[in-house]
Amino acid sequence: MAHGFSTLFYKEVLRFWKVASQTVAAPVLTSLLYLLIFSHVLEGHVRIHGIAYTAFLIPGLVMMSVLQNAFANSSSSLIQSKVTGNIVFVLLPPISYFEFFLAYVLASVVRGIVVGAGVLLATFWFAPLGFAEPAWILAFALMGGAILGSLGVIAGIWADKFDQLAAFQNFLIMPLTFLSGVFYSIKSLPPFWQELSRWNPVFYMIDGFRHGFFGVSDASPWLSLAVVGGCLVLLTVFTLNLLKRGYKLRA
Amino acid sequence: MSAAIRIQQVSKCFGSTQALDRVDLEVAAGEFFGLLGPNGAGKTTLISALAGLVRADSGSLCVMGHDVQADYRAARRHLGVVPQELVFDPFFTVRESLKIQSGYFGIGDNDAWIDEILENLGLTSKANANMRMLSGGMKRRVLVAQALVHRPPVIVLDEPTAGVDVELRQTLWAFIRRLNEAGHTIVLTTHYLDEAESLCGRIAMLQAGRVVALDTTARLLLRFSSHTLRLRSRGEMPADLASGAAQSGGWWSFPFDDFTEVEPLLAKIRAAGCRIDDLEIGKPDLEEVFIRVMQGQAETPAN
Repeated sequence: MAHGFSTLFYKEVLRFWKVASQTVAAPVLTSLLYLLIFSHVLEGHVRIHGIAYTAFLIPGLVMMSVLQNAFANSSSSLIQSKVTGNIVFVLLPPISYFEFFLAYVLASVVRGIVVGAGVLLATFWFAPLGFAEPAWILAFALMGGAILGSLGVIAGIWADKFDQLAAFQNFLIMPLTFLSGVFYSIKSLPPFWQELSRWNPVFYMIDGFRHGFFGVSDASPWLSLAVVGGCLVLLTVFTLNLLKRGYKLRA
Repeated sequence: MSAAIRIQQVSKCFGSTQALDRVDLEVAAGEFFGLLGPNGAGKTTLISALAGLVRADSGSLCVMGHDVQADYRAARRHLGVVPQELVFDPFFTVRESLKIQSGYFGIGDNDAWIDEILENLGLTSKANANMRMLSGGMKRRVLVAQALVHRPPVIVLDEPTAGVDVELRQTLWAFIRRLNEAGHTIVLTTHYLDEAESLCGRIAMLQAGRVVALDTTARLLLRFSSHTLRLRSRGEMPADLASGAAQSGGWWSFPFDDFTEVEPLLAKIRAAGCRIDDLEIGKPDLEEVFIRVMQGQAETPAN
């Protein structure tokens, strides 16, 4: 690990892994609870795209965990480093802003994938899941994780205090992920809300991810790929630009 | 003598506060250099600009000939900074922190050097302790160790002894002195002027973002401070002698620059019939220099 980038990446992974009960086990348990409650209420009453509700819900919960944990990883690491001041340890060495970005985002993706895999492992025996088109599963998990990891970098750099970060999380990330079709097909929504959901990029992440399991989805996976890919490029450019300017990191 | 640090016309504003105002400073390789000034004078801002933590509005800064912006990788590789704030990463042990810090600088196998630093800073027994479990003084030692993992030729210590006990101070200064003797350039900021006086070969004083004094420690002491002959006497001091002296609590203080002045002075006092009960000679000290410079009695710096 004789490289600034790989060391920072390793350190970021080690950081969440050392407190895995909080960063991995807890979100897996939360998802399991969602599954138990929602499937208890809705299984047998609702079928979506011809799929039983529990089976439909599982990929949604997995992807929601990927996204929320990817965001949590970079944002909480950065805000903690900023508030405690140990951010200087990564600002003093010869690490470029691009390496900095890549290390934080990749570690976020790893955390997202680890938690997502944990949720999948904990839930897949509740319902038969097809793995119809696994390439989509992987593509959307990686891109979704990278997007939320990147948003986490932005939020972590922007927020000066923990409550500002919490606001970012509660008023932006949570509504976007919950109102994205994790628990339902947007086709079941009234037209206005259906139209609104189509403006939510997280909808395409969930929908594309779910397409990988069942081969059916609300939107074409290619459209989802285009939207999610476009968001990833835009956010990457935006975040890199913040880091290059040293926004709130280098006065 | 090549320059370890070259700072040219560096200015920096934070809002309406001029933190640095056209600072020029050059520190030669191998120097032990002191950066003094009251709180808010710009010492930390200057160090931060050197380390790339703060971007100067204008001017340029170089470490070992490498510009801190244009050639930041080389500049940072040559610079070790001990920050003023007592910061640490609570997730890791002392050794993990040092290995990670080495990796940031691209150094993979650094165990031998890490062991040596730990030994020199009295940290060996704490190597596998979590950072959270350490006392303030121990955390301070780790901060010093973290600044040294990449063997930087230039080491900047920003108030390393603030709130630190006597033992650590002595351990720290012994180690830093050895590093200096081995050729490392040391830049130190401190509010303990006796430390600066005994350690630093050259000193710059900052006030409101400007360099208001810059010279060797010896010359600063000569220029702004003098020896003092202090004596306690019950007799009537002759007027011509009293005019050049200060009196307080039965003690008379006669400033002098050259020891040849002492004998004639004492002869005059004896001739006046004053009996001397006690006598001491005070050396010039940096505190007096500092106070006089900060009161604006400094000349405009030569360069």
